[in-house]
Amino acid sequence: MWEVILSKYNYWIYAFMLMIGFYAMMAKNNLLKKLIGMNIFQWALIFYFISIGAKKGATVPIIPGVHGHHGAEHLVVHAADYVNPLPHVLMLTAIVVGVATTGIALALLIMIYRRYGTLEEDEIIEELKK
Amino acid sequence: MIKKIVSILIAILATSALLVGVKDFPNWADPNQPASVHVSPRYIEKTVEETGVPNIVTAVLADYRGYDTMFETAVIFTAGVAVMMLLRRPYKK
Amino acid sequence: MISRWEDIIIETISRFLVPFMQTYSLYVLAHGHGSPGGGFQGGCIFAASFVLLIIAYDIFEAKKRFSEKINGVFCALGVFIYAGIGWLCLLLGGNFLDYGKLSKILPTDPIMARYYGMAGIETGVQITVMAIMVSIFLDLVTAGRHEEAMEEEDVGSDSK
Repeated sequence: MWEVILSKYNYWIYAFMLMIGFYAMMAKNNLLKKLIGMNIFQWALIFYFISIGAKKGATVPIIPGVHGHHGAEHLVVHAADYVNPLPHVLMLTAIVVGVATTGIALALLIMIYRRYGTLEEDEIIEELKK
Repeated sequence: MIKKIVSILIAILATSALLVGVKDFPNWADPNQPASVHVSPRYIEKTVEETGVPNIVTAVLADYRGYDTMFETAVIFTAGVAVMMLLRRPYKK
Repeated sequence: MISRWEDIIIETISRFLVPFMQTYSLYVLAHGHGSPGGGFQGGCIFAASFVLLIIAYDIFEAKKRFSEKINGVFCALGVFIYAGIGWLCLLLGGNFLDYGKLSKILPTDPIMARYYGMAGIETGVQITVMAIMVSIFLDLVTAGRHEEAMEEEDVGSDSK
């Protein structure tokens, strides 16, 4: 039972961060704090994906000492020496999409403030009921 | 106050539903896990002889998966246009 | 209307630092093939140099150094470069984004033509990311009213 906790500890850490982000999205009253909770949730997922690609005793995925492809016939590359590059690539796209989403969400918050004069959730629901 | 207690309970329930199958997951930094076995060794071994670029992450992002990067550039362009459309107002003196 | 607070140390140091940041962003773009870097990272650093000018001075001074119209052209120019290289490969007889066929116009063999095709598309990505980051920042900071932000209100300098 201790092996399950100690050898897979990356899952526990990122699940805890997911829980913090999810709690912030549900329980906070200010709209800007809910947006920060959504951001924490998204970064927990990105870290989790990058942690999948680790390998024991492997190094950064850049092949040293190569200039052009003319020296490539004598080069032997073992796949066990380098970290898995695919999660890094896919998460670059995910980070950029997260930036775009946060920008548009902040623009929507400015428009809500212009219309209602407040950013607290219960006051906005009171205004909507009238 | 009641809202915060219910939120903590729902968050703990949802996260433990995600962690049900942790016993069957691969270990941390295992070299034989399924994510590192199928297509990723082919990218690592064939990058220098097919493209001549030593950085494997740039080669995969710009050459093997170049279509995804083009649509991601279109996504960030669309986000900028959307913020312009939402916020700009004509100037009345 | 945004009032102006004069402070000479911050203005001088940020004006001194901006060319170094821009050179560093071009270095990160060009060395994307041999060390970590590439188009997205270089574009963000280039945008950060403009944001430093806007924070240290006010918007009226920073807009004298780059105009809003050219920023709008740069937004679309990067995507046009990326798709343009793919379309050029289609014209030369290959698939879309098949950089090996670029060796018909570049004086190298097909494998190094893939190297240069990758460098070209990373440039397009950097131009778009830089223009969009600056545009989103300016829109959020002025809340959409650019001309009102540029009216100067004279309150004198704060003396403490």
